[in-house]
Amino acid sequence: MTPDLIPLPVRPSEIVGAGADQDGPVADLLRVENLNVGFGDRHRYREIVRDVSFSLRAGECLAIVGESGSGKSVTARTLVGLTGDRSRVRADRLELAGRSLLGLGDRQWRRLRGKDVGFVLQDALVSLDQLRPVGKEIAEPLRLHGWGSRGTRQEKVIELLREVGVPEPEMRARQRPYELSGGLRQRALIAAAIAMGPRLVIADEPTTALDVTIQAQILDLLERTKEQGKALILISHDLAVVSRLADSVAVMNGGEIVEHGTAAEIFSNPRHPYTRQLLDAIPSAHSRGTRLSRTVVRTGLGSSVVPLAPRGEGPVIEAEGLVKRYRGPDGVDRTVVDDVSFSLAPGETLGIVGESGSGKTTTARIALALVAPDAGEVRLNGEAWSGLSERRRRARRRQIAVVYQDPLSSFDPRWNVERILADALDGEEYGSRAAKRARIGELLELVGLEPEHRARGPLQLSGGQRQRVAIARALAPRPAVVVCDEPVSALDVSIQAQVLDLLCDLQDELGVSYLFISHDLGVIHHMSDRILVMCDGRLIEEGEADRVLTRPREEYTKRLVASLPQLELGPDATPDRPQAVA
Amino acid sequence: MSVATADPPVLRRGLELPRAATLLRPGVILAGLVVAFFVVAAIAPALLSSGDPDKINLDAVLQPPAIDHVFGTDQSGRDLYTRVIYGARESLLIGFGATALAMVLAIALGGVAGLAGGVVDGVVNRGIEVLFAFPVLMLALLFVAVFGPSVRTEIIAVGISSAPGYARMIRGQVMAVRDSGYVEAARALGHPYGRVVGVHIFPNAMRPLVVVATLGVGQSIVWASGLAFLGLGVPPPSPEWGALLDAGRDYITKAWWLEVMPGLAIVLFALSLTTIGRWLQRRLEGGTAR
Amino acid sequence: MSAVKAKRALLRILGALLVIWAVATITFFVEAGLSGNRAEALLNQMAGTTRSVERTPAELAPINREYGFDKPLMTQYVEYIGGIARGDFGRSYLQHQSVLTIISRQVGPTIALTVSALVLAWLIMLTRIVVTARRGRFLTGFGSGVEIVSAGLPTYWLGVILLVIFAIDLQIFPVQGETSLVGLVLPAITLAIPLSGFLGQVTRDEFEKVLEQPFVVSARTRGMGDLAVRLRHVLRHAVLPAITLSGWALGALISGAVLVEAVFARPGVGNIIVSAAQSRDVPLVSGIVVLVAIVYVIANLLVDIAYTVVDPRLRST
Repeated sequence: MTPDLIPLPVRPSEIVGAGADQDGPVADLLRVENLNVGFGDRHRYREIVRDVSFSLRAGECLAIVGESGSGKSVTARTLVGLTGDRSRVRADRLELAGRSLLGLGDRQWRRLRGKDVGFVLQDALVSLDQLRPVGKEIAEPLRLHGWGSRGTRQEKVIELLREVGVPEPEMRARQRPYELSGGLRQRALIAAAIAMGPRLVIADEPTTALDVTIQAQILDLLERTKEQGKALILISHDLAVVSRLADSVAVMNGGEIVEHGTAAEIFSNPRHPYTRQLLDAIPSAHSRGTRLSRTVVRTGLGSSVVPLAPRGEGPVIEAEGLVKRYRGPDGVDRTVVDDVSFSLAPGETLGIVGESGSGKTTTARIALALVAPDAGEVRLNGEAWSGLSERRRRARRRQIAVVYQDPLSSFDPRWNVERILADALDGEEYGSRAAKRARIGELLELVGLEPEHRARGPLQLSGGQRQRVAIARALAPRPAVVVCDEPVSALDVSIQAQVLDLLCDLQDELGVSYLFISHDLGVIHHMSDRILVMCDGRLIEEGEADRVLTRPREEYTKRLVASLPQLELGPDATPDRPQAVA
Repeated sequence: MSVATADPPVLRRGLELPRAATLLRPGVILAGLVVAFFVVAAIAPALLSSGDPDKINLDAVLQPPAIDHVFGTDQSGRDLYTRVIYGARESLLIGFGATALAMVLAIALGGVAGLAGGVVDGVVNRGIEVLFAFPVLMLALLFVAVFGPSVRTEIIAVGISSAPGYARMIRGQVMAVRDSGYVEAARALGHPYGRVVGVHIFPNAMRPLVVVATLGVGQSIVWASGLAFLGLGVPPPSPEWGALLDAGRDYITKAWWLEVMPGLAIVLFALSLTTIGRWLQRRLEGGTAR
Repeated sequence: MSAVKAKRALLRILGALLVIWAVATITFFVEAGLSGNRAEALLNQMAGTTRSVERTPAELAPINREYGFDKPLMTQYVEYIGGIARGDFGRSYLQHQSVLTIISRQVGPTIALTVSALVLAWLIMLTRIVVTARRGRFLTGFGSGVEIVSAGLPTYWLGVILLVIFAIDLQIFPVQGETSLVGLVLPAITLAIPLSGFLGQVTRDEFEKVLEQPFVVSARTRGMGDLAVRLRHVLRHAVLPAITLSGWALGALISGAVLVEAVFARPGVGNIIVSAAQSRDVPLVSGIVVLVAIVYVIANLLVDIAYTVVDPRLRST
């Protein structure tokens, strides 16, 4: 893309303290000093953002990184005045291009939004109006700010779509969001945000809902935007995504910026303990065999308390030639799983990785015998599994368990933790109710939950705690294998680290096998002994985890690995201190 | 795959509506009292009124509301308040009876359709559509024309015509629960299907029904009294509320209380049931439910 | 139109016909199979007696012949269905005319009333929602409260009260019997208010849910003001459930029209069916019931089409 502006000198932003005026040859576009945002009224007031300061120049990119509840999104929204009526925004300075944003009226904000500041939300499927063609959405800021006439606006929309890399823009402009692929949708959303040529573009988790390969393309697009001289603020929980584009990175935790520096500084020499914890928690090729989190769950329990069911010598799961076809709403047959075979040994973790639509989830469900394959067979612990009648199979279901991505929807909304676990134990004989209750207690300890959690309902637990309950439930019947379907995808990085550590600990103690499904290459690489790569229902590549992901043989795998945003590690990097390479 | 944000929702305009439970609490208590009052009136009217609903007193014809006749008197000198109290029984009987019948039908139809799926679902769905094509009064009038007016006819007519709305709701609920994550998790644990239906599907699917049933009783009473208003209800001298309204129509200009008071009774009762229904809805949703 | 769409449209029409057939069948069997000796009931009715008097076969014979009661039930049924397909809904017991003729004379005012009530209900509901949804405690509570109360008002009671206030006391509108446009106002309002409350509750819930959606935030980030967001983005999403309910609502409106026509002494199908039910004129009542069902089924087809216009997501699936 040829930028039509001369790119401005890129300099790492510096922390702006009160009184320190750092005006270089180019003035700051955005200055924020001691921003405080709180919510509530007289009776209940909570501060969400505390003393946040940063500045940004044109052509620079600031990344604000943090987990949920860190206040990063709220900070971004103060820059467009969309924190809501119950919010109170105070700052020593909040200036865009020299103009203060404090105390702006409604009409002034409306003139600013879309024209001086562009905002891109995550997941274009819900961030665009489903019932309207995307062309209308893109034309909206033009219309609102009185740009051109209807005819010229139409042309501009097409031009914008072309600029963001949407092929056949005339046709696409008439389509609605659900008719476009994820990548095209996100591009359209970006087009709407930059339509009026704002100088500042804020992107709140712009790639979170996307596949890895598409994610890379969107990051390219954002990079081009930066090269055109716009200032960019990226909000993300994913450090790797951010490292490519960011000139400076601000790490937020609990409403404050705990560390602020260039990308290189943060990644090679993190100073704040939270930043270090965050970096350590990222699963990747280099974290294999190490703990991601600092918590130690408990000592020495495990096999003596929860003896595993006896198992045979051979593979726990053998799948051969699995095929599954579905008929789409348009009457066309789609082969969702196309001749997939694999085997899982005792105590091993087999990772299945692929993008959306690769068929990995369906394969897992065939392994669980929740879906019958159209062809092929699955054997569990050496005996027939997929071919059995449901009645015969039911008795053996205790040998294989499942942990879902969203534990909340896998719990009966009326039940509390005790009931959930008791229900899972129902297949076994217990001498007395007390014995059963004791076993529930053991399970809770096993996954690192406290006795006080027993009486709580799932809604009263955090995301990480819910997943622990789900793991406890999965282990209750003492299965030989647990199928984990994206078990950590919905969790924050630090929580994810804890849960992954827990899963590894449990595997060490109990010798249980995992069939681990994920789209996240880092997680897969960290967890798996062997890997299957799937695409469009077909098995692309298989082998040992390290080999497949560092020396891939197939084209698709190579592309997949290449798209992965890396915290590029230098030759003498260690797992504790990934070094950024310039 | 999205990162769950704990950031507070940033787009509430205006003050957030306090949980309706707090807002409605005085209203809910009042509604409960009204409902209780009328239920007592239905079961033991003598407790609430010492008079005789049929007692004619030609000296006190068409008296406006006063101390001795709280609702006034009608054209035969009968005390209106007493008649309203005694009329509660029939009206409530029809209301609760029709709703009960509708619920039984709806659970049978909707439950079967939702669980079975496929062809059975298609057939039952058509059946529900057919029932929908009989609006309440149409069916009731047909029954009255064929069988003659009576309490039983009214209950059956109103019940059958209310059923399809509930049936569709139940079917939707059953299907949603049947496809939910926790039902699949139960299957994965190895629980037999019958147990899954009884333990998970049925209780979860029926939950919103409690609320809807409360609202439905009020509606049924309104329709039943509508029939009486047309002169097709239970024959006089029954003090059923709709019949009172029919009788009061002629005296609108001379004795407005004859029309307004029974109407108020109906409105109050239906409104109280609605209030309680909505409060129940909020309570049930706010708990461990989602 | 593509082949898939044509096929689907055909299936829908077939489905509608199936429903109509089922209604007619049910009506026939209610009429015939369950009420004992129809000739006897007919004679009693004509004679004005309420007790059932024993009738000699000689008395019954001509009735049986005239109305075909002496034929086997299945034959009667087939003839009945055939008649309906031809547009012959039977003959009234008492008026000795074809049901269709009787109805067609009075159907206009009822249709006018029902349609205008539906339109009015939508207008009231939409205005109220756009103005009062999520706008601060009092306004929202007020709007919601109005809806709850409206939905619970019995139609006839409301009609009587409006009649007293506006027609009798204030003398703004005609009291009874008018068929002109002016005479339509009070009856239509009477029907519209409770329906607007009912539809309003559903739409309000949806409206408030949609206001939270991310695409609404997107619109605001582009500089859109609040009223514009409500009208251009949220409304279209929020009315979807109400559109679905409008099909059912039409059936309820027809029932309500019967009552309202009684209150305001308006001509219309309602009057016919009430007096027919009172005099046990079964063919007339059942003829009306079947006709209403046909109207209802057609209305639902139209509602389905309206829905896909508003929500194109369903068009391609």
